[in-house]
Amino acid sequence: MNRVLPVVAAIACLALVPRSFASEFVVEVTRGQDNAIPIAIVPFATADVSAASLDVAQVVSDDLARSGRFKPMDRRDMVEQPHTGAGVTFDDWRRLGNDYILVGQMTPQGGADRYNITFELYNVLTRQRLLGYQIGANRAGLRLASHQIADMVFNKLTGIRGAFATRIAYVSVLGSVPNRTYRLIVADADGENPHVVMQSNEPLMSPAWSPDGQNLAYVSFEDKLPSVYVQYLKTGERRRVSAKAGVNQAPAFSPDGKKLALTLSTRDGNLDVYVLDLTTNALTRITDDPAIDTEPEWSRDGQSLYFTSDRAGGPQIYEVAATPGGHPRRLTFQGNYNARPRISPDGSQLAFVTQQNGAFRIAVMDMKSGDVQVLTKGQIDVSPSYAPNGAMIIYASRDRGRGVLALVSSDGRVQERLVSPEGEVQEPAWSPF
Amino acid sequence: MSVSMDNPMKKIVSIVCLFGAAALLAGCPKKATTVEPPAAGTQVPGAGGANGAGGASTTTSPLGGEAGAMGGAGGPGPSEQVSRVIYFDFDKSDIKPEFAAVITANAQYLTAHPNARLKLEGNTDERGTREYNIGLGERRAQAVKRALMLQGAAESQLTTVSFGAERPAVEGDDEAAWSKNRRVDLVYTQ
Repeated sequence: MNRVLPVVAAIACLALVPRSFASEFVVEVTRGQDNAIPIAIVPFATADVSAASLDVAQVVSDDLARSGRFKPMDRRDMVEQPHTGAGVTFDDWRRLGNDYILVGQMTPQGGADRYNITFELYNVLTRQRLLGYQIGANRAGLRLASHQIADMVFNKLTGIRGAFATRIAYVSVLGSVPNRTYRLIVADADGENPHVVMQSNEPLMSPAWSPDGQNLAYVSFEDKLPSVYVQYLKTGERRRVSAKAGVNQAPAFSPDGKKLALTLSTRDGNLDVYVLDLTTNALTRITDDPAIDTEPEWSRDGQSLYFTSDRAGGPQIYEVAATPGGHPRRLTFQGNYNARPRISPDGSQLAFVTQQNGAFRIAVMDMKSGDVQVLTKGQIDVSPSYAPNGAMIIYASRDRGRGVLALVSSDGRVQERLVSPEGEVQEPAWSPF
Repeated sequence: MSVSMDNPMKKIVSIVCLFGAAALLAGCPKKATTVEPPAAGTQVPGAGGANGAGGASTTTSPLGGEAGAMGGAGGPGPSEQVSRVIYFDFDKSDIKPEFAAVITANAQYLTAHPNARLKLEGNTDERGTREYNIGLGERRAQAVKRALMLQGAAESQLTTVSFGAERPAVEGDDEAAWSKNRRVDLVYTQ
């Protein structure tokens, strides 16, 4: 107990100033996991009666519920609301069907904008305390601190590192053709706390995170032609790294963050995959084929690239050494449309878009066995992106004529939709840890 | 902010909608293209003076420079009788016979007007992956470029750009919309 987490406190102090614009994601769990863990997340006691104060336990509960692996108890069924382990009547919580209980409290600390959150996680059956921590945060940092608590509970009870305190980037499109506004947005992983990092009347595409989570590469048509930019999120400073004649597309940072794989075209419009050294600006051509070669994705060791090519007719996924002169090896063979590969964080699974009965869906391939499993059931499900812990894949879907974001667990058992109130939402990219 | 938790498996989290509350927007610039850093008080690249400008508006204006690009009366290019759009089949880039006359009419104009400049904007429908669609749009623009050159247009008159599925002509999730979006727009810039 009383073990302060300096990391959490530090991040909380970096809390971003809210940039106000319409934001409201409705999370619909369309399919949950049968053996979800029952847990009681008791509202945290707080001396602060201010309306602006965040309901920490609610954020933790929402995070855990959204993972599909937990079934938080309905607050209305709680007969008492203890704040410490000493106040927990374990037999009662066990009778109410809980395996675990999380209790905590939030106390103002000295200055006006300083809080200490103390929390404890117990196994209801064994009465064993599994976690006991204290986190310091300012008001703006409370949401992040809540996600950190959810991460710790998730990690303790599943053995998987939590990814609730991460972010997503995505493109939002407002307005109707031909007057559309494109926004590149970075938000918390639950869609809250969104910030516009780039806005244009011309298309914005393909956000890609640097491995340190500090930079975002993307394609902007702001000059009516495509260019690739790398933007430093903290200051908004950005650098145009590619604006060649023709196509400049599909940026992807190498695992060491020093290079960018991207797609360029020759004068006759032939797309190939290149690697740009971000330090020296040296450009290396990786593929050389009259087909469309695009959508590069680095292997985890940085030695090879996965990419889409229609050299065999329809688009299929290939792997090639990330150095010139390699011979691409075809990875997908089922169906006539497999594209936009993304490798899982541990390298064991490849997510991509496949065409099935005329619809486009998210599929995963086991890299060892080659077995393919189609995970989604939408009509146009594209742009898969793994959570940094590999547990979930976020992707773009359509819902009642609108672009929405959706989530599916990498085993397909949990499915959710994140429906935004307005506009099209597309091309989600999940940040690293 | 309201947070309801009637059912933990179906929850609604909402943030108060502040869009349009101009006073709260930290300097929303009037330029068409803006970059906003997540942290306040930092210079916005490419949009000088954006911060602290009072933020009176969230509206943006067109970049300009391509007046009449969509074939409006008085812009560059042939008369309005000459169509400036060619449609394609799904995942295809070959020019269908019914568009041969469009190619011919535009090629004739380009041949007769050596100073004319034409931008070929390749587009796709929303199906498929976004970056592959950029490739497909480029391939369509190149197909139109080659067809125009075969009929006398000079390469120096022609440029291509692919917007993939990013700039649909028509919104909708059905073939009626898709068929209007699988296209190359012929945009005369001079």
